[in-house]
Amino acid sequence: MMNILDMVGHTPLLKLDKIAPEHNVLAKAEFVNPSGSVKDRAARSMLLDGLARGRLTRDKIIVDATSGNTGIAYAMMGASLGCGVQLYMPANVSPERKSLIRSYGAAIVETDPLESSDGAFLAARAAAETRPDLYFYPDQYNNPANPQAHYDTTGLEIWEQTGGAVTHFISLMGTSGTFVGTARRLKDFKRAIRAVAVQPDSPFHGLEGTKHLASTLVPGIYDPNLADEVVTVSTEEAYAMTRRLAREEGLLVGISSGGNVAAALRLARTLPAGSLVATILCDSGSRYLSDSFWGV
Amino acid sequence: MITVLIPTALRSFTERQGAVQLEAGTVGQAVAALAENYPDLKQHLYDDQGQLRSFVNLFVGGRNVKTLEGLATPLAEGETLTLVPAIAGGRDA
Repeated sequence: MMNILDMVGHTPLLKLDKIAPEHNVLAKAEFVNPSGSVKDRAARSMLLDGLARGRLTRDKIIVDATSGNTGIAYAMMGASLGCGVQLYMPANVSPERKSLIRSYGAAIVETDPLESSDGAFLAARAAAETRPDLYFYPDQYNNPANPQAHYDTTGLEIWEQTGGAVTHFISLMGTSGTFVGTARRLKDFKRAIRAVAVQPDSPFHGLEGTKHLASTLVPGIYDPNLADEVVTVSTEEAYAMTRRLAREEGLLVGISSGGNVAAALRLARTLPAGSLVATILCDSGSRYLSDSFWGV
Repeated sequence: MITVLIPTALRSFTERQGAVQLEAGTVGQAVAALAENYPDLKQHLYDDQGQLRSFVNLFVGGRNVKTLEGLATPLAEGETLTLVPAIAGGRDA
């Protein structure tokens, strides 16, 4: 028999034929994970690691900072494991996300929206340090089990699904777990695979779940030696590609997915024939329907 | 005078100030005055066409000005305008 944690991963790798008819741009459909985003992989890995080390027990409350998707994953898994969940998130996170989290029975502590994800991180850490007997604090920004999830699964899946033909991996970074773990695994398979990190073009941006590393706290799990190149994407470019993915590919995905595909397509246009660019469709667009960028 | 609260992400452009006081009668005038006082801020707030970037959310009295009169929303003496990026489409600050 399976439980909800066993359903994480093994996502399809989609070829974006309409968006990139002349190039090989492939995208992992992470929205099919059970809580609806790529964050299921890291959350599962960190919680199972905590259980294995005896740090997470049924009487503890899972506490962490999140701008949404990791929180939804914790909320779902906490319910399945029988643990309480308390999440620190900026107050300007979308109402859809807060509702999803509360529907799983988890609690939300809202932090100052002016301080963005760094404010939530500092508040969660302070709470965890105050009551270590009460809380299990995965600390997704600094927990090696986060990138390890992508080393063990995402990177392996992309390698296997492309028959080892992948030449480039490109992704936006938030905690950097997806980028670090996937790039590290692919490079361990084949040193020549290029890893391209994507950043918002401004410290002030609308690319939820991503960080402008030059102006924010750099996650402890970030490995600056992995990126062969760092490129930027604007919020407007991500919005435009998110709309195209819905209308041309039938893929209703979130804004960071649009940012990833926009950057992947830009990269693919510069590459020789036969190149194969892989990226991530992080979550579903149904979490962003209150946003005006859809233009409907 | 009105007060504009600046998010941490933009304070490197406002000499590390988290609150800036300026003269403005509307939300649009306040943002324009802010960009004039701190020219490096301009590209982060406005697009190439001079329009306010779509993910910039502005709140007066706890309400998003998109639900009020937009940039024409009046500001009374002593009022506070809060500048917040949209996170995942967030509208409730």
